[in-house]
Amino acid sequence: MVEKTIAVNYLARVEGRGALNFKIEKDGKIENLQFRIYEPPRFFESFLIGRKYTELMELTSRICGICPVAHQITTLRAVENALGIKPSSQTKDLRKLLTISAHIQSNVLSMYFLSLPDLMGYESIIPMTKDHLEIVKRGLKLKKLGNDITDLIGGRAVHPVTAVINGFTALPSKNKLDVIKKRLKEAKQDTFDTVDLFSQLEIPDFKRKCEHMAISDAKEYAINEGRFKSTEGLDIDERDYRDYIFEKQRYYSTALHSYVKKRDSFMVGPLPRVNINFNQLSDDAKESVKRSGVKFPNFNPFVSHLARSIELIHDIDECIGIIDRNPIKEETNEFVCKSGFGAAITEAPRGSLYHSYSLDINGIVKSADIVPPTAHNTYNVEKDLYQFIPQIDHLPIDEIKLKCEMLIRAYDPCISCSSH
Amino acid sequence: MKEKPKIAIFKFTGCAGCQLEFLHLEDVFLDLFELFDISYWMMIKRDNDERQWDISLVEGGISTPEEIEEIKQIRKKSKFLVAFGDCAIGGCIPSIRNWIPQMESEKQVYPDPSSIHSTKVLGIGEYVKVDESLKGCPPHRDTILELLKSALLKIRPRLRQHPVCVECKFKDNACLITSKKIACMGPVISAGCGAICPTLGRECEGCFGPMSNPNAAALADIFRSIGLSEEDIKRKFRKYAGMDPEFRKEAGQ
Repeated sequence: MVEKTIAVNYLARVEGRGALNFKIEKDGKIENLQFRIYEPPRFFESFLIGRKYTELMELTSRICGICPVAHQITTLRAVENALGIKPSSQTKDLRKLLTISAHIQSNVLSMYFLSLPDLMGYESIIPMTKDHLEIVKRGLKLKKLGNDITDLIGGRAVHPVTAVINGFTALPSKNKLDVIKKRLKEAKQDTFDTVDLFSQLEIPDFKRKCEHMAISDAKEYAINEGRFKSTEGLDIDERDYRDYIFEKQRYYSTALHSYVKKRDSFMVGPLPRVNINFNQLSDDAKESVKRSGVKFPNFNPFVSHLARSIELIHDIDECIGIIDRNPIKEETNEFVCKSGFGAAITEAPRGSLYHSYSLDINGIVKSADIVPPTAHNTYNVEKDLYQFIPQIDHLPIDEIKLKCEMLIRAYDPCISCSSH
Repeated sequence: MKEKPKIAIFKFTGCAGCQLEFLHLEDVFLDLFELFDISYWMMIKRDNDERQWDISLVEGGISTPEEIEEIKQIRKKSKFLVAFGDCAIGGCIPSIRNWIPQMESEKQVYPDPSSIHSTKVLGIGEYVKVDESLKGCPPHRDTILELLKSALLKIRPRLRQHPVCVECKFKDNACLITSKKIACMGPVISAGCGAICPTLGRECEGCFGPMSNPNAAALADIFRSIGLSEEDIKRKFRKYAGMDPEFRKEAGQ
């Protein structure tokens, strides 16, 4: 075999700025593999120090334009844990609705806009409008539904404004929720069609058994709250996260690499969620898994797309359930400020997201610690690539590039988040 | 048929929220493909045309030496360059770190800062000529459409210069400052959001940046009179546009 040098200098169809470099030697050995995150860091953990606890959700929202809701809710929960506040069940439910709406938006974006062009042989969704207009329209419609729910609960789709400590500044009207419920029901068929589409498209036959992690709860498909669990037996409370998960710096990446204490890299995201919390999926979501013919637990990272589509069905069912059980009522939203430490883990669209804060007696931030899903995943992406490349190293360089990009896109990296 | 205007969308130091707001134009998204040639958009396209563009929307601030070089190259190849959102205008939220010694920030985040080469975060206008600015974190979808429509018609877009207060009046919102003594930034902040926050029961925090010719000192006095400390006032102004000359004094030089 001839020596091959692979360089993807600016990864397309992912959020943010990343690159991939490696060399395949004549004997097939992979040298200098670097998933190079060169997104300029913004030093959130530095400038949050000195800020006030009541404005934190507004600030951390700006870590990411795709998953602002995930950062807001994680911040709010971490601050509430520091202050010893227990929000009402209505607040928890509305937050869940907000988080799920952002999952719908982000996961549809990942499936239809960022990865589908790879699987169907197009450079982007733009030329697909000529040959597959119905599919493109379906993607736009589903994404809009997610956005409109975020708009309704949060005030706007990107960087919503209503979620605050212990509640919301404004509540959605029953009429508007009913309209959304009708649209959710109508969208059901589109979500089934999405699962069908992604179970029919050919993906690389690749498997790597690595540690999968997600928050988990026996009673519900965990999204905003749960114990942090893994397929290798990790089962911890969110406040103990830093006893088990560590980070190391790589000189070529502004995102730190996460690993489990005394073990290795791990994966977070829709695939680990479906693997770990399969029993808590809605009936229709489980039924669609049967129809897809794909077996779970599954350790092919390319199955992440299908996992997203399965979650989409569950998301719609969950949203309808929340609207049905909540006759929205005004609640008081009082709390007292005190010093303390609080941590929280939630599931962002791309996987588990950790925030923690120490506050002084006036609610001023003394320290902040944030680990987004893509920071959790970057090291694992490299590990996957080491095992995946030997399966494709006989192909022409352009093909190798595309296949490796596809693997990275299956993780739906959010690079701005990772180098916050 | 006449050749379609070429659009390019770039990302610098920021969160991609402005691009997302562009993507959230779902209702007219397919029409945009008919009217414009979207020729460079890394987040959406794999084949990107790097020759030259009629309209370049630049999201994000400038915070590394590489980005300075890059924005200059983009300027050379762009007929009409837009600072797309608050980060591109003046650094936005990430600019809060401009008040902290850079080395201190780097040590806070990285065990070995030697491979990090960030500078202060500044707007793109510090380095290149900007033809138009879309305010907001993120700019409102309607403003993006206004800009695109104006480009097709070859006229200047109508962008708002007045404060959020005007939009509150349109919506019949009671003034949060006078009625509840809540420290609302609305009187010095550019309209364009539709007064989302005051309409939804909370104060404006200023995510559309300063309006034209604001009186920041007067608002800071009002904040003092309703009980805010000097530190509170600094935090209010040192947020979305602390680097702006209009807010610089209240943000703490």
